[in-house]
Amino acid sequence: MIAELGHYALMLAFGLALIQAVMPIVGARNDDPTLLSVAAPAALVQFVFVALSFGALAVCYVTSDFSVLNVYENSNSAMPLMYRLTSVWGNHEGSMMLWVFILALCGALVAAFGGNLPAKLRANALAVQAWIAVAFQLFILTTSNPFLRIADAPFEGRDLNPVLQDPGLAFHPPLLYLGYVGFSIAFSFAIAALLEGRIDGAWARWVRPWVLGAWMCLTLGIAGGSYWAYYELGWGGYWFWDPVENASLMPWLAGTALLHSAVVMEKRGALKVWTILLAILAFSLSLIGTFLVRSGVLTSVHAFATDPRRGIFILAILVAFIGGALALYAWRAPLLKQGGLFAPISREGALVLNNLFLTCACATVFIGTLYPLALEALTGAKISVGPPFFNATFGPLFVPLLLAMPFGPLLGWKRGDLLGAAQRLTAAAFVAAVAIAAAFALQHGGPVLAPFGVGLALFVMTGALVDLAERTMILRVPLGAALRRAAGLPRSAWGTAVAHFGIGVTLLGIVVVSAWGAERIAALKLGESIDIAHYRLTFDGLFNQQGPNYRDVVGRFTVRRTNGDLLGVMEPSRRMFPARNMATTEAALMRRGVSQLYLSLGDPDPDGTVPVRLYFKPLVLLIWLGAVIMFVGGGLSLSDRRLRIGAPRPAKVRAALQAAE
Amino acid sequence: MIVKVCRHATFTVLLGLCLLLLNAWPLFAVESKEMLADPALEARARNLSKELRCMVCQNQSIDDSEAPLAHDLRVLVRERLKAGDSDAQVVNFLVARYGEFLLLRPPLTWHTAALWGLPPVVLLIGIVAIVVIVRRRRNAPIPPPANLTAAEESRLSELMREG
Repeated sequence: MIAELGHYALMLAFGLALIQAVMPIVGARNDDPTLLSVAAPAALVQFVFVALSFGALAVCYVTSDFSVLNVYENSNSAMPLMYRLTSVWGNHEGSMMLWVFILALCGALVAAFGGNLPAKLRANALAVQAWIAVAFQLFILTTSNPFLRIADAPFEGRDLNPVLQDPGLAFHPPLLYLGYVGFSIAFSFAIAALLEGRIDGAWARWVRPWVLGAWMCLTLGIAGGSYWAYYELGWGGYWFWDPVENASLMPWLAGTALLHSAVVMEKRGALKVWTILLAILAFSLSLIGTFLVRSGVLTSVHAFATDPRRGIFILAILVAFIGGALALYAWRAPLLKQGGLFAPISREGALVLNNLFLTCACATVFIGTLYPLALEALTGAKISVGPPFFNATFGPLFVPLLLAMPFGPLLGWKRGDLLGAAQRLTAAAFVAAVAIAAAFALQHGGPVLAPFGVGLALFVMTGALVDLAERTMILRVPLGAALRRAAGLPRSAWGTAVAHFGIGVTLLGIVVVSAWGAERIAALKLGESIDIAHYRLTFDGLFNQQGPNYRDVVGRFTVRRTNGDLLGVMEPSRRMFPARNMATTEAALMRRGVSQLYLSLGDPDPDGTVPVRLYFKPLVLLIWLGAVIMFVGGGLSLSDRRLRIGAPRPAKVRAALQAAE
Repeated sequence: MIVKVCRHATFTVLLGLCLLLLNAWPLFAVESKEMLADPALEARARNLSKELRCMVCQNQSIDDSEAPLAHDLRVLVRERLKAGDSDAQVVNFLVARYGEFLLLRPPLTWHTAALWGLPPVVLLIGIVAIVVIVRRRRNAPIPPPANLTAAEESRLSELMREG
């Protein structure tokens, strides 16, 4: 009954989406306020029905209703409640439901909190949002229905893929989807603006908070997925240049570029045509990512060909939306008026440079990800494009971007003073030079480039601090005055500095762990020890443990400093899931500051020796901490008064605000 | 029968779970048994392994993979190195046997020319486009601001009256 209600609710939502997709457009054409006003309530009610449908599926999962095919295939009654709930989106149909749910949520948010927007723009944007909803709801209803029943309900489900039975599944997909489905709002606004043919700086001001929110979720989602891969896969890697990872990285790169170009558009009215294009591209890349991941085309072109129904459907959505949007863009964009002149050396110029490198980096990832697919489809030749390709092409694009980054915020709008900015960055350059020298002095025969990487990371970090110091004049005026200035700084200035600092932190983690991480591979007998960095691990034996739906073979290792101080125990395990006859590696992690010891266990030999992989990962946690800092920076910027349009403005802040603009 | 996962990117949530199921006890990526006594030779073997793809896995090097095929390839690489092959000879030997698909860093050939060529070309096009636009913009007259709509005009006059 619940499943049927869910199915029915989805159909009703589809009907509402159709209304929402058509009425406002007609209303905008004919200047009919009644039709225009249909958009917002339709979006809200559509969300309610999608939520009901999604909720119904969740109820089927939580109650382990195995008469529903999707639940039977992906759940098991022995799983803890959390995994019964998260397995809703741990499969194709359910994850598409999550996609549509978040899409409807985005629409509802615009409907609920977009009261300050011009009525036509909001109605058109909601209509475009509904076109996307119509396409994807139809996709679910016709090719990926999660509510199908089985005639003879089985007694027990086939279990969720063990790899996914992890708290990571609770956070990673929803955050990722909030990120890349969130870019649909920017897309809808871009199309709505093109339909109207009028775009000005205010457009960027309305769209920026949505882009910023989506970007924050995507940043955290990608970082969370990376940490999950790191501890789950058992060999300590955190980024693999896997096509599926690239599918989430591409919208992130385009979204980051969009975030920056929208600033120029908002403050100076320039780069309009380009910003609109980026808004279209960011969501198009999200759609391409969905296609790559959902169609099965990645596994092989042949897997796609054997069951092409879903793939073809998404491909059609892709072509219709991306093709349609770009055609509309090509037709309408030349009509947009250009504005805001600026010299090449200026804040705008720096942001153009930022966009150039981010877009090229995005293009590189796009080419590397799709090239093998295209080549195989066209010529049948199979090639692999792996990490060595991306490291060789992506890296060189990011180095100039990061080198230029600290200069950007120090340059003035319209016409900047590069020499002055360079002088103000002397302190940062000094810190970087000291770091490079120290790294060279401390490393024994490590990679030559690594100290420069450390230098770059510190240049970026101190560069962000210099920006704050300049704005608060902390070393030039008395402390009290500097603190008052700090309090008066717009939150977006804080956000910029914090987010830029976060990039430096992530870079530092990546450089240090790749250059100076240590690895030991060994087979240990009972009582034997293994040394790494200044730690010694002793193998104390194996024991068995029974979990709710798995059994563990756990290895116990005592960790000491080489001088003998006891630090604790590490217990990595091999986890066996009988329902699917699959085993996973559960690595043990021990945190030392922001560094980690990482231990994973191989299959024990019959004679009691266990193969182990032990890593010392110096500063590894900085990689994800940096992403959290970027998220916080985004949050600060999002809380800027300027973006909370309609919020009451106390008079005393007005002065500081104008000074900032 | 015990089945194992070859490579499970956590992003498989999205991937729709491409699992390569193999009939074997889980092995382990590089094992101590496989490793060579000579550290210099072993280091070369590890570096080579990172550039070679485990062909039954999705986008995973033989150095990281737990699949039996990856194990066989690792042993093969080490055998060739012990026999005195240079790195290039080992790679050529494996490519002759298994094809170019094995290489994670595609070599520059006629059908990868676009792959390696496109990223710099895109950058170049970007730079040229920016330079051209800046040049043209410098010579162009400043466009007049867009006209206000009737609704905006009335709103403006209303604000002016208030002010």
